[in-house]
Amino acid sequence: MRKLGLALAAAVVAAPALAADIKVAVTAIVEHPALDAARDGIKEGLAAEGFTDGKEIDFIYQSAQGQPATAAQIAKQFVGDAVTVIVPISTPSAQAAVAATKDIPIVFTAVTDPVAAELVPSLEAPGGNVTGISDMSPMADHVALIREITPNVKTIGVLFNPGEANSVSLVNRLKEVATAAGLAIVEAPVTKSADVQAAARGLVGKVDAMYVPTDNTVVSALEAAIAVADENDIPFYSGDTDSVKRGTLASIGFNYFDVGVETGKVVARVLKGEKPGAIDVTFASGTDLFVNKSAAEKMGVTIPESVIARANTVVE
Amino acid sequence: MSAIAFFGAVELGLVFAFVGLGVYLSFRILDFPDLTVDGSFPLGAAVAAVALVGGVDPWLATAAAIAAGACAGLVTAFLNVRFGILHLLASILTMIALFSINLRIMGRPNVPLLNQATIITPFYDHGLAAYLVRPVFLAVLVAIVVLGLAWFLATDFGLAMRATGANPRMARAQGISTPVYIYTGMALSNGLVGLAGALFAQTNGFADVTAGVGTIVVGLAAVIVGETLFRSRRLWVVLVGVVAGSILYRIAIQLALSFDAIGLEPSDLNLATAVLVALALILPRLRKSRAAA
Repeated sequence: MRKLGLALAAAVVAAPALAADIKVAVTAIVEHPALDAARDGIKEGLAAEGFTDGKEIDFIYQSAQGQPATAAQIAKQFVGDAVTVIVPISTPSAQAAVAATKDIPIVFTAVTDPVAAELVPSLEAPGGNVTGISDMSPMADHVALIREITPNVKTIGVLFNPGEANSVSLVNRLKEVATAAGLAIVEAPVTKSADVQAAARGLVGKVDAMYVPTDNTVVSALEAAIAVADENDIPFYSGDTDSVKRGTLASIGFNYFDVGVETGKVVARVLKGEKPGAIDVTFASGTDLFVNKSAAEKMGVTIPESVIARANTVVE
Repeated sequence: MSAIAFFGAVELGLVFAFVGLGVYLSFRILDFPDLTVDGSFPLGAAVAAVALVGGVDPWLATAAAIAAGACAGLVTAFLNVRFGILHLLASILTMIALFSINLRIMGRPNVPLLNQATIITPFYDHGLAAYLVRPVFLAVLVAIVVLGLAWFLATDFGLAMRATGANPRMARAQGISTPVYIYTGMALSNGLVGLAGALFAQTNGFADVTAGVGTIVVGLAAVIVGETLFRSRRLWVVLVGVVAGSILYRIAIQLALSFDAIGLEPSDLNLATAVLVALALILPRLRKSRAAA
């Protein structure tokens, strides 16, 4: 037992010091394409502002692999290493970071409702050590897009995990917008990735279209839902554009890489000396239209030429 | 590893020590493999968080979390004892039901406590750094619970509970009403897990409905690492071992977080943690067999 203790102590001491003085520490709750794209975007945004990884800054990244307890440990690791800025991606990672420090600047990203999550008291000049970027989906644009491509849709089935804070905010917002447009919403709750296919099947015959918000659980098992949509000719829309490349019909949104780039620019402002508390929390911009032609074919949908003409990306 | 990260790991290890002790009660004392904990941990967090936001005294909120956890344990015990549902299945039923119940309690998936007074708030700003206050506070709580459990399991009631788990048929032959002890043990076990959830929410600033995923794994790891490193027939030594096992598990994760320096990817975290825990289990045996040879 004593030897084991010694070995541990040695490992504690031997943790190597990092080269650059400026450390930008990024962490996400879990790996999935959108969050990973945000991380890569942050790196790109920083480089564009003259903070290149390996030169001016050390870019550190950790994933909690889906465990909130590990997110808490990562936050403390960063605080203990006295990093320059912490950049948490997603709500639980951001809460863990905010709980861990009142001094180190925090620039969160991919958090849908930062005020409800108590990360900041308000969006304008939040004060304290925290600011960031919110990724509230442009839901009105999504509903407009669904009506434009598939005008006969009356009922939309929405796949989401009621356990994800972001998804619940998004679905509530979707209900408001859809009701105002005279559309009905059918909820298909999913609690783990393995249930996605069954939930999608449950919607067959009940809905004219399916929609998935930026939901970590559903998006990580997206192909299961796409298969159901293809087989049953149900147009399947997604809240994020990365999913269109994987086979959903269309989306307007931000590509998470661009959200990351925007976040990286805010981080750069902090590195140049601005106080995070003086920087407004902003909503991610960039309304890219993505359509997937082969998905449309599989779902028995003809995308109007006008939509294809204005799309930023057409997946063949 | 920095001091803040190290004591952060100790702090989280102490929080999960209550899970380890709870799992020890169900898994080892009662011989009842209980997956309820994946639900009772976030249940404790949810009840404490909602009570705190509602203005309830932090100690009372924590007590409510313990009571809620105990109720979850009773439900599992009831399904098993009264209706003869296999213990594993009974606990899975309670666990999945609790996911919905936790959402009902919180009204949303995530309740932030970043601006709430908690049971630890009064202990800050008395000269000790915040990152030390939490582990010291938790260590005192853990010590009280370990002493209490060691005492309880040595009473006539506790001994009858141990007999229920060790050999139920013999226990019944001796006039022990085994259901009473299964109910009590499961309530106690999940009460401790609910306490862990309440403490997790209060030390980390949020209750999240996903926080329960893998709680049973963490609890079992604490029990098995503890038992392997602290081989003893004395019950209190084993209980201390479970606490140490829980802390070591968190230190393993913290170490694994530093492994990017030796070329591992962040996505290797769980693998690195598993290897470290496996090493902690294997190394003492290797030394022993070498000494014997």
